[in-house]
Amino acid sequence: MTAMSRTERITVTEQGIPDVFSSHLADGFRLRMVACHEDESGFRLVYVLLRSSDDRRVELVLPVSRDEPRIPSLARLDYAVSRFEREVRDLYGITPVDHPLPRRIVRHGHWPEDWHPMLRTTEPRPAFSEDFGSFPFLSVEGDGVYEIPVGPIHAGLIEPGHFRFSVVGETILRFKARLWFVHRGLEQLFEGRRPGDALEIAERVSGDTAVGHALAFAMAVEEAAAIDVSQEDLLVRALLLELERMHNHIADIGAMANDVGYGLMNAHALRIRERMLRMNEQVTGHRLLRGGVLIGGSRVLDLPDTKAVAALAQEVAELAELTLSNATVRDRFGGTSVLDLESARRLDALGYVARASGRDIDARRDHPFIDLGDALEVVVESAGDVMSRYLLRVRETVVSSRIIADVVRRLDGHTGSGQAVQPARAGAGLGFVEGWRGLISHRVELAADGRLTRTKIVDPSFFNWTALPVALADTIVPDFPLTNKSFNQSYAGNDL
Amino acid sequence: MNVAPALLALIQVMAMIAFTPLLVGIMRQVRSLLEGRVGAGVGQPWRDLRKLMRKEPLRAPGISWIQAVGPIVLVVSSLILCALIPLVGTIAFPGLPDDLFVVVGVLLIGTVALALVGLDAGSAFGGMGSSRHMTIAALVEPTVLVSIYALSVPIGSSALSRIVNQRIAEPATMAAPVSLLAMVSLAIAVVAETSRMPVDNPSTHLELTMVHEAMVLESSGRDLAWLELGSWLRLSAMLGLIGALALPWGMALEVAPLPLLVGVLTLGLRLAVLAMALATIEVFLAKLRLFRVPELLAGSFVLALLAVITSYLTVTV
Repeated sequence: MTAMSRTERITVTEQGIPDVFSSHLADGFRLRMVACHEDESGFRLVYVLLRSSDDRRVELVLPVSRDEPRIPSLARLDYAVSRFEREVRDLYGITPVDHPLPRRIVRHGHWPEDWHPMLRTTEPRPAFSEDFGSFPFLSVEGDGVYEIPVGPIHAGLIEPGHFRFSVVGETILRFKARLWFVHRGLEQLFEGRRPGDALEIAERVSGDTAVGHALAFAMAVEEAAAIDVSQEDLLVRALLLELERMHNHIADIGAMANDVGYGLMNAHALRIRERMLRMNEQVTGHRLLRGGVLIGGSRVLDLPDTKAVAALAQEVAELAELTLSNATVRDRFGGTSVLDLESARRLDALGYVARASGRDIDARRDHPFIDLGDALEVVVESAGDVMSRYLLRVRETVVSSRIIADVVRRLDGHTGSGQAVQPARAGAGLGFVEGWRGLISHRVELAADGRLTRTKIVDPSFFNWTALPVALADTIVPDFPLTNKSFNQSYAGNDL
Repeated sequence: MNVAPALLALIQVMAMIAFTPLLVGIMRQVRSLLEGRVGAGVGQPWRDLRKLMRKEPLRAPGISWIQAVGPIVLVVSSLILCALIPLVGTIAFPGLPDDLFVVVGVLLIGTVALALVGLDAGSAFGGMGSSRHMTIAALVEPTVLVSIYALSVPIGSSALSRIVNQRIAEPATMAAPVSLLAMVSLAIAVVAETSRMPVDNPSTHLELTMVHEAMVLESSGRDLAWLELGSWLRLSAMLGLIGALALPWGMALEVAPLPLLVGVLTLGLRLAVLAMALATIEVFLAKLRLFRVPELLAGSFVLALLAVITSYLTVTV
């Protein structure tokens, strides 16, 4: 890996950061995360900026005094930073001065005002209080306008999310999502662990993205400790990543048909997925591919049968054809919940949500950890509706099967070194991986003995959830579940 | 002498109560098997009902008597439907006509009862379900009315038993254009009225897309059992109506042990055949976008209207 020297680190001051930040935005950088650190001397914020055209990484480091914890809000320069600032405020109690929308984001309404869970001095469990006022209904007035609250407990087995619709008749005027019901203090669990022991937590950030998060974490640690990874191990990682993409895409291809009442297609998708999961178990010993990624290496028990993978992808393509041969399904998918390209760019949507709206981004090509060659084709659709997101995932499944075939050929029977390295030096590192949902970002800092002092995780859902309300404007209420499924963002990966 | 019709009505009601949960079980099982699943078995709706009947209903605070009475009204209206519609035999009460207008009226009582139950708890879903349900009902009831009316024109009576009798006497009339048009539109209306695909998905867990399920979301225990039974009875009564008009053979024309036995058995057979056909078709359907439902129902209404026009033309010719 040549990643060590790639990150440029600039220390900025409170007065200087707006200019530096905006000049980087103008240069084509996008904000990937704001990581806050509680040091002995005070707080330290790291703004991680990434440019996809040449894979350049810049970190703006802003020291913040402990006595007067505040930062200048950059919210007027970029939407993403406004949400990261609110997150830092909620978790660390650092006030973004002059923030245009200083509402709580992570902190549940029942959490006390002065309780900030990431602070070292904070007691682990506060006394909860009655409070619904912190998430007020945005009142929409007019003839026949009414509000529908849904969740966080749903009629089906879904992760907790509270949704508020302002509707007239059946048409959605405005939609607000209240997430963050599953705060587990996950980033804190990493602290003090050796990276090898923290991998299992990374695999559980979002249960369906075991490889994506484990890999981003491992890459961040490897960059921090300057650990080299062999070409074979990188190929094994690419293989695992595509297997994960396939099984998740297949599940959602079925689930979207199910949400328009076409259960027959879901039954078939589940059948195909089950074969995929059994193949995963043969490959890694775990149906959801846990245990394949190691710090400094990777290992599989067996390489997948590429013919079987190709057959699965073929079946998925046939299934999609059958699903779309139903006129009602085409009608339900087509033109539903359009996310336009401009909004996708502005909100910095990631992964298939962005690509379905015509945004040509893919970390496998833009921020590669290995060259996938011609096998990688970045699929892009332009319409931005449910149909585009559906088709995109069908086509990506086929591309993934081709990448798997190519990677298995290049591995030539090699199943990974299986070596796990214990880092033993201080450092900071970044890991960027195109998980099946989109770009996953991890940043770690290691102490001199190699233990983790801070891990910051950003799941693509953090960005993509904000695109959902935009896509839902003028959609009808009964189409919400379908739209939500076509986005399929993680609740657990978003809250941490 | 009113004993004969009363006995027949009693037998019809008993038979329908016995058949209905099995019928729902058959539909679910057919769907499971066609999707390659094992399924819960045809007896599951019975077991569900038995379980719910033993459970105390939990009612939301601030709820009114509607929550307690509505489910009963729904069941009673469905049972009256079972008594009125010629299912086992075609002997009508002399006083109480099995007139099609009466049948549609009773159907509407059940619809309104269910919608009120949905509204009662004041939750957003119940209201949403009720609003959708009433929208659909407003489009469905005229279609049911007009399509059966088309069938009544040739014989000059709107009594269902007489329509069925005439179809038994002259099976050729069933293949007439009037009859076919009317039956197709009636079938679509029944599918919409009983919350089946492609209008409503009876097996969904997505609360925002529900129609029927949204209305019963706040009910539990016995309340839910009555609502389920009432809705199922409606479904089987409407299927029975279609069956009586499309496959009227085996109807008891007099109240005597053998014809009644044959009548009950053929009723079971008719319902089973229709339920399997409905479940099979449903597997291959996706749910319509809510705003497309009126188009489907308008289409079925036009068919019914055409049937009426055709029937007048054939009568005058």
